[in-house]
Amino acid sequence: MHEMMVAQSLLAQISDEASKQKAKPVLAKISCGKLNALNDEILSFAFDAIAKDTLCQGVKLEIEHKPLQAKCKTCNHVFEIEFSKPQCEKCNGQEFELLPDAPLILEEIEFQTG
Amino acid sequence: MKKINIGKKILSENEKCAIENKSLLTKQKKLCLNMISSPGSGKTTILVRTITELNNKIKIGVIEGDIQTDIDAQRIRATKAPAFQINTEGACHLSAAQISRGLKNLPVNDLDLIIIENVGNLVCPSAFELGETGKVVVLSVAEGDDKPAKYPGIFAKSKTLLINKIDMLASDGQVDFDIERVKSDASRLNKAIEIFPISAKTGQGMADWYDWLIRNVKQSRMQT
Repeated sequence: MHEMMVAQSLLAQISDEASKQKAKPVLAKISCGKLNALNDEILSFAFDAIAKDTLCQGVKLEIEHKPLQAKCKTCNHVFEIEFSKPQCEKCNGQEFELLPDAPLILEEIEFQTG
Repeated sequence: MKKINIGKKILSENEKCAIENKSLLTKQKKLCLNMISSPGSGKTTILVRTITELNNKIKIGVIEGDIQTDIDAQRIRATKAPAFQINTEGACHLSAAQISRGLKNLPVNDLDLIIIENVGNLVCPSAFELGETGKVVVLSVAEGDDKPAKYPGIFAKSKTLLINKIDMLASDGQVDFDIERVKSDASRLNKAIEIFPISAKTGQGMADWYDWLIRNVKQSRMQT
């Protein structure tokens, strides 16, 4: 349940921006890498729970999961890694190097206008 | 609808605090390891044996993370090493701010190595930087040899893997565990990971782990 800490940080950042914009936030777009092990449902559940009765009540979270890439040591091909079948999609090589995972980012907030 | 681009790291507060911890530790030339595993893999037993057997060589302090109780801190203190207990009251991982509090409560100046024993959990702690020099993942043989494949995150991020309780791999096959599978799965996720099969109970394999610790303590001392 590390989603709770993510939800708390998210709530603080969206609230800050809402005070700056003097507008009601309705949607927050988030992106994260595969190794963040973030579960969408749990994050939304945690966020809804702590956003209740705040300016952020009702804000929807849209979470984009960025693939984790690896570079094949045999043929240098860069591919999206599947942990259930960790091998190069081109040459089936089993030796590869994981490329850095995408960090957890608050990309964009949408506010109500008028 | 008005769209505002933010592009900010969500865990930036934790990250900021982790960077502060790291710079404090680097300035004082200390090695700091974040130890992560499932509950019951033997982290505390490994620490107790390590502290006792390295007593004359390196001074170790421990930050203990548990949901409840100070049982682990008491076990560490029985070795005469300093330990600071953090109870997370339900949270499944330690955060950088808690480590900052831990560092203030340990005699860091007198220590060579600070070990953070994270809350028993293979998933959540791997997502939070604490300011450590590196992560040590512990896997005990009773947990099964499929863990690197099933929990890739922590194995991809760790500096070292300790495979504990190898005394259970007795010749009568008490536990089915293919150690070579773990080594190859973990190395595939992380080519730099150093792997030490150990038994903190019998002491088997511990000497290589100690050498690794001593080497890394020396490296931290030399850092500029």
